[in-house]
Amino acid sequence: MWKTFVAWFHRMGSPKWFYEISGRWIPWFAAAAVLLIAVGTVWGLAFAPADYQQGNSFRIIYIHVPAAILAQSIFFLMAIAGGIGLIWKMKVADMVAKSCAPFGATMTFIALFTGAIWGKPTWGAWWVWDARLTSMLILLFLYFGVIALQSAFDSKQSAARASAILSLVGIVNIPIIKYSVEWWNTLHQPATFKLTEKPAMPAEMWMPLLVMVVGFYCLFAVILMLRTRNEILEREKRTHWVQGLLSKES
Amino acid sequence: MNPKRKKKLVLLSSMVAAVAVAVGLVLFALSENINLFYTPTQIAEGEAPVGQRIRAGGMVVEGSIKRAPDSLDVEFMVTDFEHEVVVKYSGILPDLFREGQGIVTMGAMNADGQFEASEVLAKHDENYMPPEVEAALKASGKTVSGESAVSAQ
Repeated sequence: MWKTFVAWFHRMGSPKWFYEISGRWIPWFAAAAVLLIAVGTVWGLAFAPADYQQGNSFRIIYIHVPAAILAQSIFFLMAIAGGIGLIWKMKVADMVAKSCAPFGATMTFIALFTGAIWGKPTWGAWWVWDARLTSMLILLFLYFGVIALQSAFDSKQSAARASAILSLVGIVNIPIIKYSVEWWNTLHQPATFKLTEKPAMPAEMWMPLLVMVVGFYCLFAVILMLRTRNEILEREKRTHWVQGLLSKES
Repeated sequence: MNPKRKKKLVLLSSMVAAVAVAVGLVLFALSENINLFYTPTQIAEGEAPVGQRIRAGGMVVEGSIKRAPDSLDVEFMVTDFEHEVVVKYSGILPDLFREGQGIVTMGAMNADGQFEASEVLAKHDENYMPPEVEAALKASGKTVSGESAVSAQ
């Protein structure tokens, strides 16, 4: 088991292998993403019942929650990939870390933006400086920092190293976002979904949400692979196999 | 793992751990300032400063809302099921404001121990349900927020 994992890990480190395998995976993930997001959107917006207090405005949850989950998972992945790149000097890990940042920043922005739209009618305010909202804003700035560091260096290696260190430091923010609603008094409500308890929401409401979350993950996988492949072609353009690929294309 | 990589791994993990500890200590020291609002218990125990702009939060007590007939003035009580605070407000309340609803309000304590609010925000809880389910729950005599509301009665 461990041996196969290590073998897979080493093969994953080869840009050529990553390029080939991701080429085969992308169509499947893309199809799944389109299907799941389409089903989840129609189900959530048209068929799920309205909430007893918020009416239809609660339906923004079907965008807000998947975006917020993705924003945090992507940051986590980016930090782990950056750490692997730092320790094992794996080029593909550096490229994956670099490809994570823009989509993660977009997801964070969507979560903040949809939250503000929902907050106005529900709370009576677009923005409140409570712990959840503020820590999420810090996450957005961390993403901006990583993106800026990635393009601040001429050498790809220094850029990867600097942004990996920033993402590893920034990872401390992830549990703060998660538990902010429990550690402090916040205006944002506590989590509706907990691992240890039944969701505080009936199945006809959370099923479309689950579909949306999985759909968002698939979309992220597609975008991550596309961006990483781009990065691979750019950095490996002098190698034999990329030259071969290019001559085949033209 | 070769020794160089191991050293790097240890270095990086200790860096993350050190930052986590530092941030943890800062947040712990600032925890009073990070809390968005004071609870009625904190106000009753004198933790909240008098005369300064603060936020207070809690549940609106059932049957405590008194509206002035000729203006937007409204007076209600906010509770955390241990202590209660009287809140005075003049203005338009958010849609979700109702009895039994969690709210956060900004303002200051006056000399009479009443809270003079300049802004009232409704706090939503983590429970979602269709209106029919709520009607069924009400019919069977249970409240929406479950235990906390039951213990208050």
